[in-house]
Amino acid sequence: MAIEKNRNVAIIGIGQTKHSSHREDVNQPEMIYEAVSSALKDANLSIKDVDCVVHGNMELFEMIHQPDLWHVLGTGAYGKDSIRITTGGTVGATIACVSDNLIASGMYDVVMAIGFEKLQEGHTTGGITNMADPLWFRNLQTGALTGSTAYDVMQEFGEDRAKRASMMYRIIMDKHACLNPNAHRAFGLEFDQIETLMNTSPQLVGELRLIHMCSQSDGACAVILASEKKAKELSKKPVWIRDHITIHREETFNIFGYHQKYPVYKTHKFAAEQLFKRNDIKQPLEYFDVFEMYDPASWWGLDWLRDFFFLKGDEHLKLVENKEIMIGGSMPINPSGGVIATNPIGATALLRVAEAALQIRGDAGAHQIPNNVKHALASGFGGTMWTVLMLLEKELNW
Amino acid sequence: MANRVAICAVAQIKNDPNLWHARFQNMLLECFEGIISQTNVGFDMEKGIRTVLTCSDDVWDARTISDNAITDVVGAHFRGEEKIAQESLNGLGYAMACILSGHDDIILYMGHMKESQTESRGMCTNLAFDPFYCRPLGMDFVNVNAMQARAYMATSGINEEHLANIVVRSRKNAKKNPYARNNVLVKEDDVMKSPLLSDPLRELHYYPATDWAFGMLLCNEKRAKEFTDKPVWMTGFANCIDSYFLGDKDLTSNFTLKNATERALKKAGIKGLKNNFELYELCDHAAYQLPMWAEGIGLIKDGDGGKWISEGGLDECNINISGGMLNGNPLLLGGAARVIECFYQLRGEADKRQVKGVKRALAQSTYGAAGQHQAVVIMEV
Repeated sequence: MAIEKNRNVAIIGIGQTKHSSHREDVNQPEMIYEAVSSALKDANLSIKDVDCVVHGNMELFEMIHQPDLWHVLGTGAYGKDSIRITTGGTVGATIACVSDNLIASGMYDVVMAIGFEKLQEGHTTGGITNMADPLWFRNLQTGALTGSTAYDVMQEFGEDRAKRASMMYRIIMDKHACLNPNAHRAFGLEFDQIETLMNTSPQLVGELRLIHMCSQSDGACAVILASEKKAKELSKKPVWIRDHITIHREETFNIFGYHQKYPVYKTHKFAAEQLFKRNDIKQPLEYFDVFEMYDPASWWGLDWLRDFFFLKGDEHLKLVENKEIMIGGSMPINPSGGVIATNPIGATALLRVAEAALQIRGDAGAHQIPNNVKHALASGFGGTMWTVLMLLEKELNW
Repeated sequence: MANRVAICAVAQIKNDPNLWHARFQNMLLECFEGIISQTNVGFDMEKGIRTVLTCSDDVWDARTISDNAITDVVGAHFRGEEKIAQESLNGLGYAMACILSGHDDIILYMGHMKESQTESRGMCTNLAFDPFYCRPLGMDFVNVNAMQARAYMATSGINEEHLANIVVRSRKNAKKNPYARNNVLVKEDDVMKSPLLSDPLRELHYYPATDWAFGMLLCNEKRAKEFTDKPVWMTGFANCIDSYFLGDKDLTSNFTLKNATERALKKAGIKGLKNNFELYELCDHAAYQLPMWAEGIGLIKDGDGGKWISEGGLDECNINISGGMLNGNPLLLGGAARVIECFYQLRGEADKRQVKGVKRALAQSTYGAAGQHQAVVIMEV
């Protein structure tokens, strides 16, 4: 059953910083200000036009309690309504959903979502490990580093094929990142390095190697959304938010003891099933023109393609092996370079929404995909395997 | 009245100085079961709860992604969950948006805070200040509130007797509230002799560290009757944030609360407070804040606080009949506690403390130092 939205909402402004491992030249509000002013410029608005500011990140990465209080110096929220809602790594996508709800409700006309993280100022893996229950799980936690997906994919498809596909995915993401001037890590990797990297990149956990894993970045992203009436007045290329879904799960990682006959039900798949069903999207692989996926590591990116697009057997591996996920392929994934290239965690999932919207507008620059993008999908990942999905559309015709 | 949302049910545990025997998960589960047993609400993807909102904080729980720890006990396993990382009253505003947007029919809103877990409240709120200028100075919510108290006392004629009067009254009122923290009754003299916390704030002027959790079920107008015969309507919400550095603002101006109240009233279609409200629940983290916020919402004129307290304004206007935050609610959840009291009063279920003929109530909350962020909710029957 489709959700009956009170009124339509569109993205009308997008801004982000250059992402990097060390933004020592700016403090947090200054870094946020860069993204905010760039989003306002993109929307051709002034801060006076914004009714409400939505802010999100995770406090313990930088050890700032309720950072919106200090960040008001850079967010422009002074004197306005402001909401701070957080989830996990999903938070960037969450604040996009929150902004959509705030506007669709009729309570606000123009809302700005701001996601940021300055991971240089804290200890990322320590921060993530601190998420686990102090009595039961914290001693087992390795932050976001887990080798279990690599193990599963190798068990299912054989070690050599799995390792090659995962490294192919990694190199494709790097090739995309090299086209994105805002990306944090763009190494210039080549496909003939697959074999070398498979064997020489330092191992983190099992077959999860350093080169497979996402970065720790400093950066911010701001996205301005508006009601249908305002969007049509203010924007030449509004990007419409059709629907979104959030699916969380309990904290225990019952992902050990994987068995092919009894696979663990993943939130990615459940979220996609529910969202596509209520929007009558039967063949997602055909429907979407581009997918900006929150891919924290190339093993996960590879594996989750199957969940999001309901693929069977080794179809997801073939998509990667045949380079169909590259810019110019049949289902481009992360033309921006994705999370493996750039990961300021509180901003990361909002960057997925922002980059998907840029693709619909045709404004992605060197990493713009060649076909006309009408339907885009953006995902967020966080917590203990949580998923947020957002459907973006070029036309208001669903 | 298409812009209203029903609060169908509330559940809470008793405010307690130290729930050493319960983890915050246990505290929430009790509230969760309270909501389910009152309403029989389910979690069907079509007709049930698809989205749960929670309110908690990573620093206070000392856990990154604090909502991660409670997904199961709030029913959010394979459902949506979003955490209000802000004072709890703001979650009511966002719940209203989720429902009015059409994205959700029903919202379950759960919150927890266990202040007894922390070594020091000051250490937690010191982290709300920037690490370069204010944090090294040792600023926290208590000592910055003390600066505001001093400035406000100078402009409003509030003196030690007024503050003592507010504390004594809060504890008396709380004795009639079965969910209030059990505190000893005090006399004016006890308050005036209590040790200084941060001049001019004395220990008894400040709310005591408290453990508490709550649950609420909110629903759209169409389906409210499925869950209750006596919905309480939320008709207005707004908030406002002030600038950060203390030198950049007038600590006594009530800039944020004036804006938030004006915007909330506008959303509810109400012109001014006068003759329109029978009850107010205000978040008095410290005694001086009760008259100050009364000025902020426009109930009394700027600078009239002292005179108003002397003339018995608190009882006349039905302010904080619950005992208020001053008797003890955790810092992040004062707003939810205010809303829950308004809910009981509007339904006529406040027992010994019931005010007759309450048709409309205003709940206010604040976060940050010296009222940097203020929020207002308007509720009606």
